Amino acid sequence: MDGMDDRTVENTREKQVAARDATYWAKAVSRLNVSNVPEGAINLNVTGKRLAGPIQGFGKMWQKTYQVSLPRERVSPMDLIATWKQRFPDFWPEGNSFYAPLTGIEPGEVALLNMTLPGKMKLSTGVMVLYADEESFTLMTPQGHMFAGWITFSATEVDGQTVAQAQVLMRASDPIFELGLTLGGHRQEDRFWNQTLTAVADHFGEFAEVDTQVVCVDKRRQWSRWSNVWHSSAIRSTGYMMGAPVRALRGLTRRSRVVR
Amino acid sequence: MTDATATFDVRRHGPASVVDIRGDVTAGSEDVLMSAYAAAGDAEAIVLNFSDLSYMNSGGIGLLVTLLVRANRRSQQLMAYGLSDHYRQIFELTRLDEAVSIHDSEQSALNAADAG
Repeated sequence: MDGMDDRTVENTREKQVAARDATYWAKAVSRLNVSNVPEGAINLNVTGKRLAGPIQGFGKMWQKTYQVSLPRERVSPMDLIATWKQRFPDFWPEGNSFYAPLTGIEPGEVALLNMTLPGKMKLSTGVMVLYADEESFTLMTPQGHMFAGWITFSATEVDGQTVAQAQVLMRASDPIFELGLTLGGHRQEDRFWNQTLTAVADHFGEFAEVDTQVVCVDKRRQWSRWSNVWHSSAIRSTGYMMGAPVRALRGLTRRSRVVR
Repeated sequence: MTDATATFDVRRHGPASVVDIRGDVTAGSEDVLMSAYAAAGDAEAIVLNFSDLSYMNSGGIGLLVTLLVRANRRSQQLMAYGLSDHYRQIFELTRLDEAVSIHDSEQSALNAADAG
């Protein structure tokens, strides 16, 4: 009887573990697909792309950690993550748009990003929700994104404080983005996540300093990955923007033919 | 997330060190994993045994990337076996399988380490 009970307990635990695995992780995908494009979003450089982690990137590997502490009585880690997931686009700095999937931050969902880079250059890319549980969620980048890697957003309780954290593990995707990061891109990224975490703290009525830690995990550049530049969202977005007048002209011509 | 909920025991097999992983691997496992890596010493191959893995989140996957960088720096191969179908899929999804060779058994991994 005891043996039976042990087996039952073991089976139940296995089922719970399998359910947890299936719930929190995205299902395997070979290429990304955007099912619903929100109004106003540009769907470029995402559909048909593969995911690219830090192993597939070109530049030095960095781990960047941004943290902000809030009083535990103000918000619990789980409530903070629930809010962060729900209002993720609201916390982004101005000039950048995160088009969240209709179903929200759920494993396997793809979000579109339209960002403004220095020189007012517009860049269209996206991310996939790789993992999401009650205390954290992770976004992974597609080929051609500025960097290859993932960003994990989490909240934990430390000494009576709720610590909200964004941690990026990344390599610049290609030599052009690597140059861009070296020439001010890293500073801009630090500013971006500082503003985001400040906005999160502000939402809970706190003004808090953001603590930033940057570690170079691997100084070596992966020169064998230089050809990632083929997928560059910067080049493709620029091409798309430059082609706008031609597309508009074509649209007009087509319309006038229909009228005749 | 910051508490270590996994253990990493190291066994030496010829040119390879086998790391037996038990429990939940999360970002909080960093110190114990890196201690295990240090204990693995100058092995030519580090073989990760996931047979008794209960759970791994994205922080755990991030740790494996960091471990891979360290192993590459010392020209060590990184291998894995004992992965469930689910975690094999996660290795494919995160494209970790392009840098960590996955084997069906310990013997298969050790043979590959010997051959390498």
